[in-house]
Amino acid sequence: MPIPLIQLAGVSKQYGDVRAVDDVTLELEPGEFFALLGPSGCGKTSLMRLVAGFETPDAGRVLIDGRDMQGVPPYRRPVNMMFQSYALFPHMSVERNIAFGLVQQGMAKGYIATRVAEMLRLVKLEGYGARRPEQLSGGQKQRVALARALAPRPKLLLLDEPLAALDRKLREETQFELMQVQRDLGIAFMLVTHDQDEAMAMAQRIALMRSGRIEQIGDARAIYERPASLFAAEFVGEINLFEGEVVQSGEGKFAIVQGGGRIALADDTPLPGPVRIAVRPERMVMSHLRAGSYAEFAGVIADMVWLGDLTVWRVRLSDGRLIRISRSNADAANAAFSRGDQVFVGFEAQSARMLLS
Amino acid sequence: MSLVKKTRGVGDGGLAANLGRRLVLIVPYAWLILFFAIPFLIVVKISISVQRDGRPPYEPVFELADGFIGAWESVQKFSMESYAAIYADRIYGDAYISSVWIAALATLCTLLIGYPLALAMARAPRRWRSLLIVLAVAPFWTSFLIRIYAWIVILKDEGLLNHALISTGLISEPIHIYATQGAVLIGIVYSYLPFMILPLYNALEKQDTALVEAALDLGATPFAAFRQITWPLSMRGVIAGCLLVFIPAVGEYVIPDLLGSDEVLMIGRSLWDEFSTARNWPGAAAVATVLLVLLLVPIVAYQRSHLQTHGAAR
Repeated sequence: MPIPLIQLAGVSKQYGDVRAVDDVTLELEPGEFFALLGPSGCGKTSLMRLVAGFETPDAGRVLIDGRDMQGVPPYRRPVNMMFQSYALFPHMSVERNIAFGLVQQGMAKGYIATRVAEMLRLVKLEGYGARRPEQLSGGQKQRVALARALAPRPKLLLLDEPLAALDRKLREETQFELMQVQRDLGIAFMLVTHDQDEAMAMAQRIALMRSGRIEQIGDARAIYERPASLFAAEFVGEINLFEGEVVQSGEGKFAIVQGGGRIALADDTPLPGPVRIAVRPERMVMSHLRAGSYAEFAGVIADMVWLGDLTVWRVRLSDGRLIRISRSNADAANAAFSRGDQVFVGFEAQSARMLLS
Repeated sequence: MSLVKKTRGVGDGGLAANLGRRLVLIVPYAWLILFFAIPFLIVVKISISVQRDGRPPYEPVFELADGFIGAWESVQKFSMESYAAIYADRIYGDAYISSVWIAALATLCTLLIGYPLALAMARAPRRWRSLLIVLAVAPFWTSFLIRIYAWIVILKDEGLLNHALISTGLISEPIHIYATQGAVLIGIVYSYLPFMILPLYNALEKQDTALVEAALDLGATPFAAFRQITWPLSMRGVIAGCLLVFIPAVGEYVIPDLLGSDEVLMIGRSLWDEFSTARNWPGAAAVATVLLVLLLVPIVAYQRSHLQTHGAAR
């Protein structure tokens, strides 16, 4: 069995009274695109700095390639970081910035020149080698930072909010470029971001963090479709929440949805008791007539937004709650629903996720 | 309508701002002319006149009241005697060299002591920094003379330093520091240290700490990161600090007078001797003029390097 590239075992880090990282255990495979996702202050940056070696854990161990990194300074770790501010050396040309890591390793001049040219080609900045960082646009700086971090062939690249400083259009382009580079080089990437779209678009696996702890680890689909907690359900994507209770009867397990009837559940649903029932907007069903076959609520369409590829409606239920429904505009029936319509919204059992917390 | 109004408003504001900008530019130039150029020209004028007994103790040359013909006559009376004397008498040359040497040594010492201090201040937690700056300039709160006299008390043969060293048994005979070049050096380094620390701090504090982290991350040892990132990026502070120490230190008079002896040659003392004891105003003026020209060389060099880095930046 191959050794994981990165192993974090029970890692904790405390700043004053704040547990920035709290007993985190996770593994990264070589060549994996991994994302640490969470709101600001959740500890994702601290965790990344622990891997880079800028911080030392108060408890637990950080292993890179099976080697314990206890006492190993950042300049002896086979990981490189792309800083959020890019941290390009302002007194050096683009070339010298990219060559910096190679110069520190004592590489031969000829090799450095070849490698720098290769990196400039990789980030599509041929001809920019002699420029100073301040002569570059934000997107170009970002690519120089990427080239500089990749030049010494790290085993893992840490990316700290790499797209935060870019405008929307550039951000999307860069997303694809980063994924392309990652696939081509086969280097493991660890992306730190607060942007769920960014994490979901790029990463093969996501660790969702909250107050220093890992809330859930999985691929984007797993976290989206099967959130492990209320926090995960709300942080990633849009969600509708209903109160309910799981009950066991002779016919099997059911969820009684408050004010909306009951739905049959699979037998492996956890213990009976009160639950939050989470349903994604695109999993909601909406019609002008009562269907009766699933959990259902009467309401009025409060507003609708046409987004090109899909339409989003918000339906106000009789108790005042707003429910969000989205449907692809490929569905011609969408035209029938407009503001003020009396509708029935609901969900089927397989669309719902029972959450305990 | 509103558009026209707006445009006119901008135009008016622009004109006023332009005028204001010019006025603002006039202030430093006026200051320089009034308090540097005119006094300096007077000094130059005195330096090319001839010494005499009387008041003032030099032959007047080039009075504005003389008119054109008088001016021409006085030009013919210009004397290079004082400059010739400076050139001929080795004592002046030695004093210049010794002053520059002591000032350079003192500048190097303040840099070596000031840099770590400034770096520590710049990397200290933000809430401590203003306190540290206040502490760095705290010596200025007591009179300069008192602080130099205090150094006499410390450095004398029977002073505090020797007393402490003898009582701890480190030495048996007092070390002779007072009235040597070493004492002058200590006095200058001590007095001018804040002038080194402040520009260094200013340059270092502005540096993004992520730059050093990036260097470490890319495999640079802490020393290599300092040499390749921190140091070159603080160069403007280093140059400013060195000039702020070196230039006044070359012409320093009080410190060598109080802490040195006649053997410690410094041009500031030669100048004073010439002016007061020998009552040779033209000689003293010539010494001062040569000193200023000598000091202009590093300033011009700094200006040019400054322009170059700025030019490259654009």
